[in-house]
Amino acid sequence: MNETLRFDVLVVGGGLVGSSTALMLAKRGLKVGLFERRYCGAQASGVNYGGVRRQGRPAEQLPLAVRARSIWDRLPELVGTDGEFVVSGHLRLARSEADLAALEAYAQLANPFGLDLQLMSGPAFRRRYPWLGAAAVGGSLCPRDGHANPRVVSPAFARAARAAGADVREQTAVTNIVRAGERFVVEARHDSGATIEVQSDWLVNAAGAWGNTVAGYFGETIPMEPIYPNMWVTEPLPYFIDHNLGVYGGGIYARQVSRGNVVIGGGRGLGDGEYAQPLTETTRTVMRAACALLPALKDALLLRTWTGVEGSTPDDNPVIGFSRTTPRLLHAFGFSGGGFLLAPGVGEVLSDLVVDAATNTPIDAFSIKRFA
Amino acid sequence: MSAAIDKNSMHRVVIVGAGPAGVRAAETLVAAGLVPVVIDEAPRAGGQIYRQPPADAGFARSKRTLYGMEAGKADAVHSTMACLLPKIDYRPDTLVWGCGAARLDTLHGGRQRTVPYSHLLIATGATDRVLPFSGWTLPGVYTLGAAQIALKSQGCAIGRRVVFAGTGPLLYLVAYQYAKAGAQVEAVLDTNPFSRQLAATPRLLRQPSTFAKGLYYVGWLAARGIRIERGVTLVRATGDKAVQAMTYRDSDQELTIPCDAVGFGYGLRSETQLADLAGCRFRFDPINRAWLPERDAAGRTSVPGVYLAGDGAGIAGADAAELAGRRAALAMLEDLGNPAGNANVQAQATKLDRQLANIAEFRIGLEQAFSPPADCASHWPDDMTVCRCEEIDAGALRRCIRAGEASEINRLKALTRVGMGRCQGRMCGAAAAELLSAETGKPIAEVGRLRGQAPIKPVPLSIAMTDEAEEGDHLAGIPEHARDE
Repeated sequence: MNETLRFDVLVVGGGLVGSSTALMLAKRGLKVGLFERRYCGAQASGVNYGGVRRQGRPAEQLPLAVRARSIWDRLPELVGTDGEFVVSGHLRLARSEADLAALEAYAQLANPFGLDLQLMSGPAFRRRYPWLGAAAVGGSLCPRDGHANPRVVSPAFARAARAAGADVREQTAVTNIVRAGERFVVEARHDSGATIEVQSDWLVNAAGAWGNTVAGYFGETIPMEPIYPNMWVTEPLPYFIDHNLGVYGGGIYARQVSRGNVVIGGGRGLGDGEYAQPLTETTRTVMRAACALLPALKDALLLRTWTGVEGSTPDDNPVIGFSRTTPRLLHAFGFSGGGFLLAPGVGEVLSDLVVDAATNTPIDAFSIKRFA
Repeated sequence: MSAAIDKNSMHRVVIVGAGPAGVRAAETLVAAGLVPVVIDEAPRAGGQIYRQPPADAGFARSKRTLYGMEAGKADAVHSTMACLLPKIDYRPDTLVWGCGAARLDTLHGGRQRTVPYSHLLIATGATDRVLPFSGWTLPGVYTLGAAQIALKSQGCAIGRRVVFAGTGPLLYLVAYQYAKAGAQVEAVLDTNPFSRQLAATPRLLRQPSTFAKGLYYVGWLAARGIRIERGVTLVRATGDKAVQAMTYRDSDQELTIPCDAVGFGYGLRSETQLADLAGCRFRFDPINRAWLPERDAAGRTSVPGVYLAGDGAGIAGADAAELAGRRAALAMLEDLGNPAGNANVQAQATKLDRQLANIAEFRIGLEQAFSPPADCASHWPDDMTVCRCEEIDAGALRRCIRAGEASEINRLKALTRVGMGRCQGRMCGAAAAELLSAETGKPIAEVGRLRGQAPIKPVPLSIAMTDEAEEGDHLAGIPEHARDE
């Protein structure tokens, strides 16, 4: 071994979940290491759509989502950049009366969590949003939701973790994990060929779409499939989309950044679990839906499409919390496309679990036990 | 238009690009009884080098005027294409913007069309290699290629008093063409010293007639008293609303030349995005100082059924492109089992290989004579724009690199937006890589390659409304209740 390290906590995976966990733990005085096999925030955390959205999440996610959302207001002090976070409001659109009814039912469920959802339809809705196509008949606005730039936010958390004292290593892939007594012994290899051996009291599995690789060392893989959400960006357009937009039932979503580019997401690309590429058929389907919703996009130019690799669980809920098999092993992966808003909150929750052995935020629904 | 499918099989051969490589490949395939689809972004065949003026628009200049000493070759390529028209499925004015499994996405007249292929020849040519200087985004500053296209295609000049700057054979050729067309060429500023050009002479003599033409242009310019400066550094273009002067450094002094237009470039760079989307493996090519799709001598890529020819596979010029187009078509025929039973395929291929090897030597000589300035990036001022689409200056890139945030080009793109705009790095990618190399001290081969993403060039969203489905084509469903937002 070229190098031997000793940590209180080793985090595997430098996405937004891993980086925020490392940051929160380092701020609470622990000796933290973070190993990322490529670059921090360069996978799903860095290439996702950028929705900072509580609206639309299932009830079991809302307490965590609300806790996470409060962190987003403090990004500048926490990570030194606002990450282009805009409190634009999130407007969830209905395309039918049935959708409207569903949005209304959702508001009943979610408003006790403080989402302050406002339902709109009919002529007042049309007058307020003249730029929406006839396909949208109403919507539900969550005024304090918004959107941010994942490319900026995710690496900023890793940078902040390092500044807070965490030993953040990029291009460092974990090659073996064993349990020796009360500790984890982790072997890793840097792209240069140098090897590292780590002894750590705690291990955090924040390996995203590759979370099963780490879970597999402890005999608790989950039924997770890779997904490749497809994204697009247009040339800069005059500013006209006030909110982060979603559609009831999923499908497509769109936001306009301050430079004027419209970022659109929807459908899936193709991949092999390791790499992914956009799919033209998806482009054509989603662009058709996007033009129906936002007619002004019809004449806009599409600059680029992209996708990334994300892990999706059967119930679309992440795995967050203690291992079923191994003491002081924590999992936080399988966010199924909904992790961007949550991740800073997950970092806090995991730091609670390490430092206090418990957290006030209900996370039982995310236990890995549900897949046992 | 019906799908052109070879009657004896299910093979469907598609050529992208109707420049010298694409036309010669089509000719070879037609001779073997195939009916290739030829897709070209331009409205008329010929590529950039033999670009034709718009048809039926009253342009009456002769080929001799348009192409000078290359008129014979231009005419041959155009005539060949004219003869081929009834025998191929020709789709001019058509942009290939994407590539999936055995399928191209095209845009023509605002309409989307999917074109399946079994065999694909990529002959997409090249654009200028752009390395910036202060003021390069001022109106009136053009690339050399654009300056030449204005003249060839539209019969107009980029200005009345023009400075040509940078390096490469095109520098002298375009200056010559402008002077002949009646523009006032204020100066030719070559960033390479004459000594480099002398040192390259033995290799350049591998193509004596091409070498002689290069000498002729320089001599012609000199004989007319046109100022030629060598071994200079381009400092800045200045002007209020448009360029009014070009400043360069010669030894220790800065000199300024008043002008109303600047044409500049540092040789050419291959258009490789389609090969990238087709999944071809890339390697760094030190001669081109760029990442190029891997290919064997015949033009086969790492992807079975995908072939390369012409400047899109590495800069070698129009003569080489004609040979490489023929050679890649022969490779395709070999891989198809020689459907026409042509006994000469092997002999023809061997001859072409020999000719191409000769040109490759010449090409090394050219790069020696006209290499881009090695350390230019370290002189770029912080306030100079590198990425004009996203308005990213050299200072922003340097801050990111010096903070230890990025030592790889895709990472630099993610953190600074360089190469994220309309050009997708086609124009600014080379400059960003040079800067990254200069700042990190890593060789340019080790700073990585910008990954390509569709669309290759921007396409309107309205293409989604104008699908013309072809066989095997389908639209993907959108997963319901997806939470990935």
